[in-house]
Amino acid sequence: MDTTTATASQTPVLAADVAAYLKRRGRWSPLEIAFWIFAFASIWLFPDKYLILKDTAILALFALSLDLILGYAGIISLGQAAFFGVAGYFSGLVAKYGIIDEPIIALVCSGLVAAAFGFVTSFLVLRGSDLTRLMVTLGVSLMLGEIANRYANITGGADGLQGVDIAPILGRWNFDLYGHNGYVYCLIVLFVCFVIARRIVYSPFGLSLRAVKGNALRAAAIGIPVKWRLVAIYTIAAGFAGIAGGLLTQTTAFCSLDVFSLDRSADLLLVLIIGGTGYLYGGLIGAVIYKFLQDWLATLTPQYWQFWIGLVLVVIVLVGRERVEGWIAAARGSLVRLGGRAWTRIRPRSAALGGAIDGS
Amino acid sequence: MLTILFDGVAYGMLLFVLACGLSVTLGLMNFINLAHGSFAMAGGYCTVILVNRLGVPFVLGVPLAFLVTALLGGLFERTLYVHVYARSHLDQVLFTIGLVFMSVAAVDYTMGSSQRFVQIPDALQGQFDVFGVGMGKYRLLIIAVCGLLTIALQLILAKTRFGSRLRAAVDDQRVARGLGINVGAVFGITFAVGSGLAGLGGALGAEILGLDPTFPLRYMIYFLIVVTVGGTSSIVGPFLASILLGIADVAGKYYVPTLGAFVIYAIMIVVLIWRPQGLFARATAR
Amino acid sequence: MPILETIGLEKRFGGILAAQNVNLAVEKGARHALIGPNGAGKTTVINLLTGVLKPTAGRIMLEGRDITDAAPHQRVRLGMARTFQINQLFLDLTPLESIGLVVSERLGTGADWWRVVGSKSVVTDEIVEVVERFRLTDVMHERAATLPYGKQRLLEIALAFACRPRVLLLDEPAAGVPEAERHELLATIEALPAEVTVLLIEHDMDLVFSFADRISVLVNGTLFVDGAPEDVARDPRVKAVYLGEELDA
Repeated sequence: MDTTTATASQTPVLAADVAAYLKRRGRWSPLEIAFWIFAFASIWLFPDKYLILKDTAILALFALSLDLILGYAGIISLGQAAFFGVAGYFSGLVAKYGIIDEPIIALVCSGLVAAAFGFVTSFLVLRGSDLTRLMVTLGVSLMLGEIANRYANITGGADGLQGVDIAPILGRWNFDLYGHNGYVYCLIVLFVCFVIARRIVYSPFGLSLRAVKGNALRAAAIGIPVKWRLVAIYTIAAGFAGIAGGLLTQTTAFCSLDVFSLDRSADLLLVLIIGGTGYLYGGLIGAVIYKFLQDWLATLTPQYWQFWIGLVLVVIVLVGRERVEGWIAAARGSLVRLGGRAWTRIRPRSAALGGAIDGS
Repeated sequence: MLTILFDGVAYGMLLFVLACGLSVTLGLMNFINLAHGSFAMAGGYCTVILVNRLGVPFVLGVPLAFLVTALLGGLFERTLYVHVYARSHLDQVLFTIGLVFMSVAAVDYTMGSSQRFVQIPDALQGQFDVFGVGMGKYRLLIIAVCGLLTIALQLILAKTRFGSRLRAAVDDQRVARGLGINVGAVFGITFAVGSGLAGLGGALGAEILGLDPTFPLRYMIYFLIVVTVGGTSSIVGPFLASILLGIADVAGKYYVPTLGAFVIYAIMIVVLIWRPQGLFARATAR
Repeated sequence: MPILETIGLEKRFGGILAAQNVNLAVEKGARHALIGPNGAGKTTVINLLTGVLKPTAGRIMLEGRDITDAAPHQRVRLGMARTFQINQLFLDLTPLESIGLVVSERLGTGADWWRVVGSKSVVTDEIVEVVERFRLTDVMHERAATLPYGKQRLLEIALAFACRPRVLLLDEPAAGVPEAERHELLATIEALPAEVTVLLIEHDMDLVFSFADRISVLVNGTLFVDGAPEDVARDPRVKAVYLGEELDA
């Protein structure tokens, strides 16, 4: 070993420093805590907006699932709708035929079914170029739509799955007309899934995904089994998408063919573009902005809001996604600085220990 | 069964005319244009307006649809698409999906959401009975027109100077530029012609494929299947792929109605697993 | 028994024979250099050894075990790591994160998804050791994309070293490194532990002759000469084909 005595004595201190630094990164920043406090506070703050908030929460979870594969593993997919739809129909059918009554158990099972389906199709996605991946993912989605259409005797076809009766959660909380319980349910599920996703992303596994996305050749050259990591994250993301689909069916007691449509996948991409990829909150923020944008546009031009969505997509691409991402990152940065200053005023002691604010 | 073969070939050739522009665009500029179907739709509605409303004869209405759509394609290319060429595939997908949404909504607004039919002249209605095989006159026309177009395209590619410039640019853009070929102009013309052909296909195909504002969304996957299965390095590949898919789709829907459309998706997935670059592409294609 | 050995290794690209009947034997603990004119096929040989390319004929043996059909990441697990001629780094990750990644993978914790990176002290201790050995301490928190080229090159080697390979393949480590930063790089290579076998591809003859205890010369995809540095330097055939050309140019 060629370390001099000077550095040898520094090593234990340095090691402790490094360990502390790494652990700090995984800690929840004040901004994140504020976000979730506000999210849960919305239950009491906006009692007349439960339905749109619930839809936003479902969309956020759906977008989170795409962020995991697109933002962290670099897989371009137009096919998350496939898992959304499979789980949507599954949860509807098990409720309708009384196979699984308890919604939470049904939701978990729907997620597992979607994940299994993701696992099986992951091998298709690993082969070929970006275009091939787009094609295959889109093709699987549309194909499932076709199958659901043909087996209308089971799925209800174009009319959708009728007669779905969702039992109360844990036997106590019914899905009422005002959507209160539905929203709380979705928000809690979203939070749980988010925490899991966050753990994954800050783990060695998550780091290896970022490495694979950045340089797959080198990742293999340092011993990472690239294919299996991608299969794993694709499966997990499929499971999350499935849970989102199950939530939609359970809270609306309905499921129709448009869960498999191109529209749904395209809207999802738009959500992530608006919110930004690769930092987990992109899907959530994007979902909020998208839903309220959609709501507003729908009041302007009820029938043709798709036109404006298309226009937004075109404009964002022309302006440049990096520029848009740059603006969002800058906005985040200034919010973080504002939050940091506020945090310092509230808790001066912990801030002095080296504020663990992400992104500084 | 022969009727099915006949119908399948007609359908396939129509698909080819619709999709060949997309294939060349993708092979030439590595650009994924999901809005290709919108040009086809434009051609269809153009013919509807010309023939149904303005009383232009069918024989004129179809070529006019080609011209109008080609001009539209050229315009869009110079003003919008040219900014997106260098972007990532994801950006191209988003951009063209955005265009699709806009076109679908715009057509819905201006023309209404119900299906439109082109008034086909009486001479083309009905069918010939050849050795007991029923051959629809209209479908015969489609085969004839598309067949001629295919031959014309192949001749242009193989025999003209423009064709060789195009082939060079598809093969290796940088080298082509280095040889003094104006790749930008080549692409502009190719894009316009490709869009025009899509419009022509839309005009001819309105009868068979069903023309309504959701046309681009419904048929986009078919065009993409043709392109991925057929590859982007020749005309022959997509041609054969289209015929194959046309026959498979018609036969599938007839013999196995419950899973009819499912057949072509399954073919696409199987092909992509087996040969990710397409059935007929060269191994070195992108 | 050589620690790394190729038997009749061949690679054909269509009509071109990039490597032909290559019988390379690298002894344990050796400092073995592979030299040859540009286009001789040196990087092809490394790509074959590491599994990036599949040979059209021949076998590759690592510590007596046939690894010809093993995938690249499996070869790393078996004790062979490489660097790339053109830096292949994780540009968005910091040296700390990149090295941490390699160490985690090696210690078998790379697939852990429920822990935060850095919660295992055995991993962090090793990260620090590698960071210090490769003089990256002052830049360990900066994104790899922003590092000066010399530091990037050090990181490139650090990543391979962190795999704790028994055989380390260095593909032109000094390539493109500016004069001012060479010394640091060369000193680091010299200081590699004796138990690590090193196969070095290089054009820099100073480095080759000061570092290597055995030299193989590759010309047009075939092994031309193989022996101790003094013998290779004196061999008139080598001078004519390679060293001679350099002197004339």
